[in-house]
Amino acid sequence: MEPIIIAFLVLSLIAAIFAAIIYFVDKQFHVDEDPRIDLIADKLPGANCGGCGYAGCRNFAEAIVKNNSLDNLFCAPGGNKTMAEIAQLMNLEAEEKKPQVAVIRCNGTNENCPPKHDYNGIESCGFANFLFAGDGGCAYGCLGLGDCVATCKFDAMYMDPITGLPVVIEDNCTACGNCVKACPRNIIEIRNKGPKNRRIYVACMNKEKGVYAKVNCSVACIGCNACVKECKFDAIKIESFLAYIDYQKCTLCRKCVPVCPTNCIVEVNFPIKKKANIDLANDSNQNIENN
Amino acid sequence: MLKTFPRGGVHPDDCKISANSPIKVAPLPNKVYVMLNQSAGAPAITLVKKGDHVKTGQLIAKGEAFISANIHSPVTGIVDKIDQITDATGYKHQSIVINVESQEIWEDGIDTTNDLLTDIKATPQEIIEKIKNAGIVGLGGAAFPTHVKLTIPQGKVAEYLLINGAECEPYLTCDHRLMLEKSEEIMVGITIIMKALSVKKAFIGIENNKPDAIKQLTSLSQNYSNIEVVSLKKKYPQGAEKQLIKAITGREVPSGKLPIEVGCVVQNVATAKAIYDAVQKNKPLIERVVTITGPNLSNPSNFLTRIGVPINHLIELAGGLPEDTAKLISGGPMMGKALSNTNIPLTKGMGGILLLPEKLSKRLDPYPCIRCGRCAHACPMGLEPFYLEKLIIKERWEEAEKHWIMDCMECGSCQYTCPAKRPLLDYIRLGKNKVSAIIRSRKN
Repeated sequence: MEPIIIAFLVLSLIAAIFAAIIYFVDKQFHVDEDPRIDLIADKLPGANCGGCGYAGCRNFAEAIVKNNSLDNLFCAPGGNKTMAEIAQLMNLEAEEKKPQVAVIRCNGTNENCPPKHDYNGIESCGFANFLFAGDGGCAYGCLGLGDCVATCKFDAMYMDPITGLPVVIEDNCTACGNCVKACPRNIIEIRNKGPKNRRIYVACMNKEKGVYAKVNCSVACIGCNACVKECKFDAIKIESFLAYIDYQKCTLCRKCVPVCPTNCIVEVNFPIKKKANIDLANDSNQNIENN
Repeated sequence: MLKTFPRGGVHPDDCKISANSPIKVAPLPNKVYVMLNQSAGAPAITLVKKGDHVKTGQLIAKGEAFISANIHSPVTGIVDKIDQITDATGYKHQSIVINVESQEIWEDGIDTTNDLLTDIKATPQEIIEKIKNAGIVGLGGAAFPTHVKLTIPQGKVAEYLLINGAECEPYLTCDHRLMLEKSEEIMVGITIIMKALSVKKAFIGIENNKPDAIKQLTSLSQNYSNIEVVSLKKKYPQGAEKQLIKAITGREVPSGKLPIEVGCVVQNVATAKAIYDAVQKNKPLIERVVTITGPNLSNPSNFLTRIGVPINHLIELAGGLPEDTAKLISGGPMMGKALSNTNIPLTKGMGGILLLPEKLSKRLDPYPCIRCGRCAHACPMGLEPFYLEKLIIKERWEEAEKHWIMDCMECGSCQYTCPAKRPLLDYIRLGKNKVSAIIRSRKN
């Protein structure tokens, strides 16, 4: 007999035996799974970012089906659209959430908080944090070694080499919260994206008294209460010499921004303020009157 | 043959440039800053307030937690303020600032004479109580409260007392000078600890690069039948607790356990001297010997100085900060911690201040690991630093725990010996931090 025929027959026989085993195992050990898990997992982004608190997207889908509710379960990268689709699948109501984004609550750039030490250990904020207070000397500020950038799964962060601070790319950020967990100094916060992406926040985490806070950084919050007095909506609170703007209450009136003596309140994506123009106009009016 | 620990170790240059400089008493500055977190464990709770007049040796902060030590006023003066002061790392901690008065008044009951008192009247319980009241901590560097270390847990028996005079760190000479100049006091101190622990035998381990200290203590130990001086072969890290036990007694402390598991208690020579002061003279721990040294320092010296003195005061006394200083280290070059500025106060755990020029302090650029295995060969605990580094970079914490990362004592032998200049210890310390957090969360 031709060797090729022998090989063909032997391999066919082996294939038949394995097919039989696979068929038997499939029937015998069949696991009944809720088909909705697969359907939900298909709807999810599949980034396995862990922002929902589960190890991956499939675990999140399993949790939804198991709990049969959407309480405290939200896929930040998918957003409201994905959650609405899942809610429709499950015949549930999805809670509408405002879009959110990560903000860096530190403005200790190389200029504002000049480096005093030369750190040449490993590039890890977690390590530098228990070693020393940071090369700028601020024990609350950004260490600038990029643990948040390394953990971001959506390419939404990068380190600015000039300022030495991380920058969030708003369009890519899904508010999954991984950078919040990675930061050893809790600088990063997930805040509402705001109408037209406009936001106001205090870009400082320094809890020291004003005198000491100012030593290392020129834009540190000194807890002077000026913004609290200015705010009509009770949105600003001072705790241990540090102001915090509650984004739920803030109406983005921006009255607190000009009163801050250290300019630590940051406004994002606002058009250039008209106040400057008004001041100019007033000045010229006064000039005219004087003349 | 000279004794030493069998596994690993490195041989850094001695550089003991201040070894021949006798201990000088440092004059007091105008202000002292007494940190409240000088010992391992919980910070002490302050007993004085702004404006109070304090005498030298007066209790000013009480260690109330189980692992915590009392703090006494190192000077006579008026409390200026109680405020946050930057410590060695740059973080701020609560401290008592005292304006020093020129007229020194000692607290009642403290014997300030230099007479040697060899007769031990106190009972073992009284000794430990006195040590606790005097706020004594391990002066080798870890600053662990001594009374906790001397309280033997139920069911364990201490067999040997080991006195650590190895001083294996390069540059440091404070223990060496103390052994030469205060040898009688150290001997009495050892006898006191032996009485407190009721052990029959004590060993003093000294490395053979200090032949004068070995000679002097050996001749003194003729008068003490149960104290033996053991001369050890020079090798780093001989002064580490587990390595010293292995070198002298041949016993190995099991992983994750304390030395008492093998019937040993280890104390530093400086701690023995402090215990002598506390028990025989009622003198609390308010001063220590500290080495100020550096290759370019004009006058490397050993100072007997009060706790809380700002280190720039001591550097001035040793000849001033050299122009080319690039790095300040508290402790030795192998295990010491870099200081953030020269204004920080001396704490109980600081044995030396080292000033290094740029050439000696700059790290070289790392190359990829070539798997030569030198780090594994140098590790005194028998770990595999190159593999641990890989696991930490990949954030595989559980696996790192299985490879005994928590046994690492951070001696730095691996990083010292690495030909590719890998920052091995940095990664291992990061990993230890993460793994210990995981272990803690598992317990809760």
